Amino acid sequence: MIAQNFRHALFCAFITLVISYPILGLNLEAQGISIKLTGAETQTYVGIALAVLIVFLFQLFRPAILGGLGRVKALNPLVDRQPMPQEKRIRFERVALVLIVLGAMFWPFIASRGAVDLATLVLIYIILGLGLNVVVGLAGLLDLGYVAFYAVGAYTFGLLSQYYGFSFWMSLPIGAVLAAAFGFVLGFPVLRLRGDYLAIVTLGFGEIIRILLNNLTDLTNGPDGIGGIPDPTLFGMEFGRRVKVEGNTSFHEVFNIPYDSTHKVIFLYLITLILAVFTLFIIRRLIRMPVGRSWEALREDEIAARSLGLSRTAVKLSAFTIGAFFAGFAGTIFASKQGFISPESFVFLESAIVLAIVVLGGMGSQLGVILAAIAVTILPELAREFSEYRMLVFGAAMVLMMVWRPQGLLPMTRVHINLKKQEAGVTDHA
Amino acid sequence: MLVLENIHTHYGKIEALHGVSVEIQKGEIVSLIGANGAGKTTLLMTVCGDPQASSGRVLFKGEDITHKPTAQIMRSGIAIVPEGRRVFPGLTVEENLHMGGFFTSKQEIRKSQDHVFELFPRLKERRNQRAGTMSGGEQQMLAIGRALMTKPEMIILDEPSLGLAPLIIKQIFEIISTLRDDGITVFLVEQNAKQALKLADRGYVLETGRIRLEDSGANLLANEDVQKAYLGG
Ligand SMILES: Nc1ncnc2c1ncn2[C@@H]1O[C@H](COP(=O)(O)OP(=O)(O)O)[C@@H](O)[C@H]1O
Ligand SMILES: [Mg+2]
Repeated sequence: MIAQNFRHALFCAFITLVISYPILGLNLEAQGISIKLTGAETQTYVGIALAVLIVFLFQLFRPAILGGLGRVKALNPLVDRQPMPQEKRIRFERVALVLIVLGAMFWPFIASRGAVDLATLVLIYIILGLGLNVVVGLAGLLDLGYVAFYAVGAYTFGLLSQYYGFSFWMSLPIGAVLAAAFGFVLGFPVLRLRGDYLAIVTLGFGEIIRILLNNLTDLTNGPDGIGGIPDPTLFGMEFGRRVKVEGNTSFHEVFNIPYDSTHKVIFLYLITLILAVFTLFIIRRLIRMPVGRSWEALREDEIAARSLGLSRTAVKLSAFTIGAFFAGFAGTIFASKQGFISPESFVFLESAIVLAIVVLGGMGSQLGVILAAIAVTILPELAREFSEYRMLVFGAAMVLMMVWRPQGLLPMTRVHINLKKQEAGVTDHA
Repeated sequence: MLVLENIHTHYGKIEALHGVSVEIQKGEIVSLIGANGAGKTTLLMTVCGDPQASSGRVLFKGEDITHKPTAQIMRSGIAIVPEGRRVFPGLTVEENLHMGGFFTSKQEIRKSQDHVFELFPRLKERRNQRAGTMSGGEQQMLAIGRALMTKPEMIILDEPSLGLAPLIIKQIFEIISTLRDDGITVFLVEQNAKQALKLADRGYVLETGRIRLEDSGANLLANEDVQKAYLGG
């Protein structure tokens, strides 16, 4: 038993060495036109040796350590909380949502400029998370290329503003509808595929869009991106120091207050907040409508759903299209916030982050998605010094989640649709 | 009501049905029996259009439905209770039933639900229970109830007795026989030949993708070959 453990531990330690030495211990350095292989600093070698030792010891004493992990599980603060009864939970979720929105409305006036700017980003991720939640959480379609639709929204605005001088408000619906159209067109051939295949094809689609944006240099300016994307206006009032578009007025002149650059940040934040609430509201309605129930039926059992006359393609397409619509929405806002977009903003990592938000949030639960979006966006900012280890922390958080709370932060409460109440004009809530 | 004319069905290159013809009149209970792998499920799925027949015709109420999309067929008055019940496990009993009435009005859902609860008082007791947590028999009742919610003229059942206790099977078959009184045509597919043939007006025996025998239910029950092969002597 011990001997077997020992051999296994030795083997694991060896693998660790084989993997870590070439990656960390060897460096390629460019010297003029040739590339030279150099070693790393002694510190790195000590690190590798330490890692090998740790792996060896861990594998050797694995049973004991895993027993300890069981105790960690017992320390889990989230465990042992009885799930609230349905009625109470519904009310809790609704009250929590209203409180969050109210707090979010007044908060920017006391917070710092940087914090408000970050919060805008959080809201964009919330919109993305809520949209992808329809596709992954509700309809059960694993979409790894969600960022493609985000890019379509952003580039729609970028290009329309660059070539035709479109404003934010004109581009917002166009970007969302165009992204939805992309979702629809892509969905048609792709949604016949199941599970893993669907995931791979959507992953490919996300990359194709990014590569196209990179290479259609004449149109999109390639890797250099598109700049000078305008900010949103408020009834024709701009928030910059000087008016850029003819016919517009300037906010600080109309209200006769001194120019302050935070006005713009707060305004953008509030607009994003309104759009996020809009997204939340629309999707909440959809979930309760027949189309929402058909998503769920298809996720629960495809054959059964089809036996009742639901069209697989129509149901999946509706989820995919609606998800893409909100990604386009978020993309337009993102373009406006950044003022500059390039293909680099739309890499696979973005899809992964949004997917992580949905999974962490509990696959289907909207409050969960909101909390997860906040956590996933803010935590890396708080730990800026560790930004290189962002993915590592991310991974660790995921593993802990799987150990502690495999169903997500706030697992979805199903909408119980009650016919009697519905007829009396009262709708149920999730 | 339902006519299958010389149906051939393929899974890729493999032919699972080699020219099957079946006819079901309005108001009949017709049983199709056959061993595991004979092609019973394939036959039913061909009626539903997934997979579609590679040759031959399927007529429902005189209309050719061979190449219609599944969703359209399932909305035209045929309901199927699929093999293995396939209730929506995370939904409650009531929600499962409402999914059955997806394409009907709210008033109709109410009416059919009351009717289903009359047929299966058990489901009424459990209306708020998650379907996944119910017993096999209860799930089968729910699957039948859900199919009835689509207001079918004809109901197709794929091995409803599969994996159920004898007492429950008896109950289920009793319910099936009452469906005819509501004017619903029944096409019952079973391995449980004895019960299925007792109930049936007419029966078919399917063997490796071909119809071997076709007769009244009583005659098939008395048939020596059938007794040997399907009734255990
Ligand atoms: N999806 C499928 N792909 C390929 N072959 C299948 C598939 N489904 C069934 N078959 C084959 O078709 C034949 C009939 O199967 P089936 O209709 O399920 O029989 P039964 O319902 O009578 O048990 C079997 O030989 C089975 O292996
Ligand atoms: Mg079968």
